[in-house]
Amino acid sequence: MAQIFHPSFNTISKVSIFGAIFFLGAVIYGWDTLLRSPYATQVNVAREQPVPFSHKHHVAGLGIDCRFCHSTVEESAFAGIPATKTCMGCHATVWKDAEILEPVRASLRDDRPIEWTRVHDLPDFAYFDHSVHVAKGVGCSTCHGRVDQMPLMWRVNTLNMDWCLSCHRDPAPNLRPRDSIFDMRWDPDTLDANQRAQLMMDYHVESMTDCSVCHR
Amino acid sequence: MKALRRLCLAATLLAASACRQDMHDQPRFEALEGSSFFADGLSARHQVEGTIARGELQLDPHLATGRIDGAFANSLPMPLTRELLERGRERFDIFCSACHDRAGYGEGMVVRRGMKQPPSFHIERLQQVPLGYFFDVMTRGFGAMIDVADRVPVADRWAIAAYVRTLQLSQHATLAEVAPESRSKLEDQR
Repeated sequence: MAQIFHPSFNTISKVSIFGAIFFLGAVIYGWDTLLRSPYATQVNVAREQPVPFSHKHHVAGLGIDCRFCHSTVEESAFAGIPATKTCMGCHATVWKDAEILEPVRASLRDDRPIEWTRVHDLPDFAYFDHSVHVAKGVGCSTCHGRVDQMPLMWRVNTLNMDWCLSCHRDPAPNLRPRDSIFDMRWDPDTLDANQRAQLMMDYHVESMTDCSVCHR
Repeated sequence: MKALRRLCLAATLLAASACRQDMHDQPRFEALEGSSFFADGLSARHQVEGTIARGELQLDPHLATGRIDGAFANSLPMPLTRELLERGRERFDIFCSACHDRAGYGEGMVVRRGMKQPPSFHIERLQQVPLGYFFDVMTRGFGAMIDVADRVPVADRWAIAAYVRTLQLSQHATLAEVAPESRSKLEDQR
């Protein structure tokens, strides 16, 4: 009986078995890279919004405090999105006929809220509360980056679990005095290790990595 | 039989690896999320007319309206403390200074960008108005200014009113009113 496999199949089989390991490795590497890419995490991807609201203009240009609009950030889990009325408080007078502000005027006219696109959206199985982070010395820019430099809003952090945990394991480098929470220009390097340790004590901050801290 | 079991296992693995977002988007509303259930598209419902939300019952008209027997009160409904004034300064700087500027002259950045200029707190008329007037303006708005009642709770509005009065006093203070230990510092700067 003639042989089914040509002698060259010896080589082919060895290469394919060996190559499969590399192929599998490449697939895993590729998948991991994809999950960490801006495509999946939306980091550094500016979101389209119904109105091209510029934090850069309102914060850096006009000096408006974060809490002027995000007024519940100190008391509740949700920082708050301003009512159309808050926008119109100024824009009934300033830029009152501007084309780009038409959706804001329409919102007031029709009594329908503006449908902003959420930029920071945690999965529903993760519990997060702004107020406690603010109260414990975690400033806005620590997680949201230099919002005062963003013409349109984007994420600077993945919001992935390993990112949350990096701080929950070792909070000290991300703490600042409470009077600097809303300071966009705060530089973490202004504190040394002792001052950070002092903040940990003063604000009763500790490493919190129990599952039920966030998954409850 | 063995082939069937393998097939079942493969199907289970395939199903387990499938990308589903059910856990990410659970059937509950996040704050201010849209809803297809209600006709107006809002999951955050408006308060039912004639009801009072928990914690928002105001039995003291002085505290809630700034008036006593219909006339503006010229006193605080709470004790005047350093903490109250410091809270007032913080809240004033957040919610008021964009137009009124941090010293209360009405030359804030938004005014310089075209907003109607509010009167200075340091003109005679506003120096004379009772404290309850400032509370009332914050609560109900005045002229071009919208109310801030939805963003600034009652107690904070009083803290701001007290701070506005402090600003007024500060801009018309005489050297004799400055604490003796700080006086020499000011005299040096003259």
